[in-house]
Amino acid sequence: MLGKKKVNAIVDKQEMLIEGIYDMWIRTDLAQMAKPGQFISVYPKDKSTLLPRPISICEIDKPGNRLRIVYRVAGKGTTEFSSYKAGDTISILGTLGNGFPVDELKDVKKVMLMGGGIGIPPMLELAKQLNCEKDIVVGYRNEDLFLNQDLWKHGTLYIATEDGSIGTKGNVMNAVAEKGLKADVICACGPMPMLRAIKQYAKENGIKAYISLEERMACGVGACLGCVCKTTEVDHHSHVNNTRICTNGPVFDAEDVDI
Amino acid sequence: MNTKITIAGVEFKNPVMTASGTFGSGMEYSQFVDLNKLGAVVTKGVANVPWPGNPTPRVAETYGGMLNAIGLQNPGIDVFIERDLPFLQQFDTRIIVNVCGKTVEDYLEVVERLGDEKVDMLEINVSCPNVKEGAIAFGQKADALYDITKAIKAKAKQPVIMKLSPNVTDITEMAKAAEAAGADALSLINTITGMKIDINRRTFALANKTGGLSGPAIKPVAVRMVYQVANAVQIPIIGMGGIANAEDAIEFILAGASAVSIGAMNFINPYTTVETVEGIEAYMQKYNVENLTDLIGAVK
Repeated sequence: MLGKKKVNAIVDKQEMLIEGIYDMWIRTDLAQMAKPGQFISVYPKDKSTLLPRPISICEIDKPGNRLRIVYRVAGKGTTEFSSYKAGDTISILGTLGNGFPVDELKDVKKVMLMGGGIGIPPMLELAKQLNCEKDIVVGYRNEDLFLNQDLWKHGTLYIATEDGSIGTKGNVMNAVAEKGLKADVICACGPMPMLRAIKQYAKENGIKAYISLEERMACGVGACLGCVCKTTEVDHHSHVNNTRICTNGPVFDAEDVDI
Repeated sequence: MNTKITIAGVEFKNPVMTASGTFGSGMEYSQFVDLNKLGAVVTKGVANVPWPGNPTPRVAETYGGMLNAIGLQNPGIDVFIERDLPFLQQFDTRIIVNVCGKTVEDYLEVVERLGDEKVDMLEINVSCPNVKEGAIAFGQKADALYDITKAIKAKAKQPVIMKLSPNVTDITEMAKAAEAAGADALSLINTITGMKIDINRRTFALANKTGGLSGPAIKPVAVRMVYQVANAVQIPIIGMGGIANAEDAIEFILAGASAVSIGAMNFINPYTTVETVEGIEAYMQKYNVENLTDLIGAVK
């Protein structure tokens, strides 16, 4: 809980990776407390778009005091962010959420990291911080790949594309089946159908899966109760069967959430 | 310079409060602002039992504002008294508990449970547009509002604020009904019912289809209603609706509000409450205002 703050960061550099996907490095002290799987909220300058945009942390550069975010342009707010140039200030709130349980994963022999589309970015920092054997399975729409050049350095990379242009045709689960991949724990981020399939797969195979969820959010700090997710057990904070993604997540043990 | 105000015999160090539902029970935002600096914390609505709220998406952005349909999710009065109230009681600020319910009995149960607790005032939510039963059903008909106000006043040990809905033809009729039934104060406005449609997915932006509009987009409506109500009743008003800074807060005070609440803007700038307190002091200094009370309803 400690250390959340709203600060002005400086854009270090920004480039477009593929059409509609942007890669921004920002200079901020928040890098010192950031963990893989956490996110920051970015505030548009345009006052007609008030709410902050939650964006996952892709990479953490503690010595350089920098954070990397890779995001998709989806509306007015992210369109504004995509226009930022080196030296611009950017208003952010962070670091938010729990992140992946890196410490618990230290003793695991093999982890499978799975990312689908714009769920791929948080897998990069996680892959960097895990020292165990890693299979990294990522799914894209087509041959317009991004972050694959970063990811392959940190594990064995498997690619799936919906149109079959590169790697396995289909999604990340098709790649797991085709390549006969196995692991002791799964960490995943991506669209809901993918996360549902992973939850099911983990259950059938008796392995743990940590999945990162997203939902429309307002405050990002647990006050507004906008971004809840259904839980299998009564949540200790809300005392009903739902939990706050922004503070109790975004990463959950797949068994604990009813998705 | 004196920023103190008094509502129903309760003295507040300054007129800045938090709008119910935007500040939890203070815990989350205590990481950003010193709660001791606020006039009061108004809690998220609490019912007699835990409420799960609505399905997601529960929030959507709109031009200069936002829609929400949380559906009054809350942990129920037991957890509230055990966990949330003791947290708030550590601070030197007034505590106003927002009470919600589906039936008159629900409201009364919560009001009675709070009777022996160290709570400064009760705010009765009869204006949430996002739950199907109760709540707004009591807030859109003057006779229903009169009856529930009367019933609550008969049981409440703390002064009672009735929170009014703007989704009525004439808000002064509602204000007068609450006053006639013995309400000690009024708070207004709750959110304005709205809708947003996602044209790409061809769906409603909110799972609940409709939601409550808040944020700077609604401020002129809120100022107008505060002014109208201030001229229709004698009891004090807590004004709210899109307040983003001290300038906005002073507008409400000049229109007739004795105090103001910061709502949606907490989400945009978590320091809004304390910045508003400081800005009001700066305004008073600039214009040589000795007592904040001199500003209340000063624009006729």
